[in-house]
Amino acid sequence: MLTGAAAAGHAALASVDDDAITLRRALRKSRRREQWRAAALVLPLFVFLAACFVVPIGAMLARGVIDTDVARILPTVTAALKSWNGSGLPAESAYQALIADIRAARGAGTLASAATRLNYDEPGFRTLLFATGRQLPDELTAPARETLIGIDPKWGERDTWAAMRRAGGPVTDFYLLAALDLQRDADNSITGAPPEQRVFRDVLGRTLWISAMVTLICLLLGYPVAYVIAAQPPGRAGVLLFLVLLPFWTSLLVRTVAWVVLLQKEGVLNSLFMSLGLVHEPLKMIYNRFAVYVAMVHVLLPFMVLPLYSVMRGIPPSYVRAASSLGAKPFTAFRRVFVPQTLAGIGAGCLMVFIQALGYYITPALVGGAEDQMISYFIAFYASRTVNWGMAAALSIMLLTATLLLYAVYNRMVGVDRMRLG
Amino acid sequence: MRNPTATLGERLTRIGLIGLTGAVLLFLVAPILTIVPLSFSSGSFFYYPLPGLSLRWYQDFFTSSFWLSSLKNSLIIGISATVLATVLGTMAAIGIWRARFPAQALVLAMLISPMVVPVVIVAVGVYFAFAPLGLTDGYAGLILAHATLGVPFVVITVLATLSAFDRTLLRAAESLGASQITTFRRVMLPLILPGVASGAVFAFAASFDEVVVVLLMAGPAQRTLPRQMFAGINDNISLTIAAAATMLIAISLALMIAVGALQRRSVRMRQAVR
Repeated sequence: MLTGAAAAGHAALASVDDDAITLRRALRKSRRREQWRAAALVLPLFVFLAACFVVPIGAMLARGVIDTDVARILPTVTAALKSWNGSGLPAESAYQALIADIRAARGAGTLASAATRLNYDEPGFRTLLFATGRQLPDELTAPARETLIGIDPKWGERDTWAAMRRAGGPVTDFYLLAALDLQRDADNSITGAPPEQRVFRDVLGRTLWISAMVTLICLLLGYPVAYVIAAQPPGRAGVLLFLVLLPFWTSLLVRTVAWVVLLQKEGVLNSLFMSLGLVHEPLKMIYNRFAVYVAMVHVLLPFMVLPLYSVMRGIPPSYVRAASSLGAKPFTAFRRVFVPQTLAGIGAGCLMVFIQALGYYITPALVGGAEDQMISYFIAFYASRTVNWGMAAALSIMLLTATLLLYAVYNRMVGVDRMRLG
Repeated sequence: MRNPTATLGERLTRIGLIGLTGAVLLFLVAPILTIVPLSFSSGSFFYYPLPGLSLRWYQDFFTSSFWLSSLKNSLIIGISATVLATVLGTMAAIGIWRARFPAQALVLAMLISPMVVPVVIVAVGVYFAFAPLGLTDGYAGLILAHATLGVPFVVITVLATLSAFDRTLLRAAESLGASQITTFRRVMLPLILPGVASGAVFAFAASFDEVVVVLLMAGPAQRTLPRQMFAGINDNISLTIAAAATMLIAISLALMIAVGALQRRSVRMRQAVR
């Protein structure tokens, strides 16, 4: 009897267990189905961005380190130079290979792109290759080395061959080094670029400096403004915020046009100053660093004011009052009680302004002078004017690395999900 | 804020702060305030006082084939890119909100990244990849590129709207027998529509204002309004540019007001549902 009841009880329990397992399985299944559905909704955008954003940019950036032009067009000499140890001149076989390669490339009409790549490394290489191609005799009457050196003594120089070996690919650090004004010498060790070719350190430094200055000016102007607006009653604060947001919404081109109109030599400000008798001849306020600062601060100031405002809005006035009632002077209360509570806003605003300033292109291009162009200008320049993809890619890698690093800091501090618009 | 016991120093600080704020706000709106009246000038120079009022620069704009075709190009590219970004972005945001799936944080970071990557890199990358495919000859490449730039705005605003959306509403609709599609169309979409619409407005504004991609990729036949202004500043700056700018300001104002209204509406609808 007892044992029978116990057995029945066991059976009942087991079936409950079975039910629980079935239920759990069903739940897990439905959760997984839900996950699949969610992923399926994201998939179209994922594919779209992969095809139109990630892959194009990735492919372009890869051009900064991939180097296959010379190996493709001059294959046998590239292979022959692999066994050259870099001291003295390469073996006769390398000279023979070069002659064969130049002949083949001239026949195929592909010599130009190899010449372009080699010319980046060693100015004059293009002329050397084409002149050599033209002057090669149909039948070699002397050893290949003598023939080539006879055509141009540069073929008897170690530097020429070292440049050729460096361009052999398949990967290169040539462009990345060049973006830092560095290069490799004939011994393959890294040295500084010749002084007349040094431009990029200047450009990188200038980009960082302008961005830092713009951030600092935005903070100095934005902090008091946010402070005053946050202390207003909600209605008036709304109107003032509207004024801050208005430029934020206005087209970048419109704002830039407006600054050109205001600042140019026969512009509104100069005619105002002249008619007031403040100055006797027009001030030069455009196509220089001053104009770049003015226009960039104007564009980026809202990104500083908004996070500061939202942080300050959340600080109860009672804290500063408590500090004052404990005997703190107004400035001490402000500095030791109010400012520390706004640090998060300062950090968020400064990072946001700095990150955006780093990538600025249109504003400096329109209101700055030749000495005020930032890294983006040179990226566009190499991509569209000289079509030097390697250089455009290397500079892009620099800019993108800096941006993403700072963005990671921003993300850690503020969080993407808390990024708000408008 | 006014305090009768304030010391002289405190009062001076207060006056200084308010003066500085006024100056900064003036700095922010001055360019806009300058350019708008100039567009109504009857003269042909960027000079104050205006010699007289006229609409000749607007007339010039609307009779110039350059400006009109650039306006048309801007609208074609902007609207197509907005539709693409809004549909794809809204779907993706709903997916992310519905369930956690593997590597979700990474996927979200990728969806937001077009907003973070400097636009010149986007432009150069897209140009590099699209040119061999022949996508740079017509509108297609520009529309695709502008859609990628608009996507993050849609994803962020729709996700923000969804974070306040009550999931039980979906279950209620489904338990009453509504299909998934009906539930989406009749329950979810009406509630998140303000968020979707303001995302679309942001995406449109992003495309309408974009000049770097256009500068690199567009041929003379695809010049947009900002591109035409860019050319106008560089070579012969005429007051037509002020008229174009004034109209762009009016459009921005309209978009800004639209987003404000949509956001208020979204809050109201949320309260009505509760």
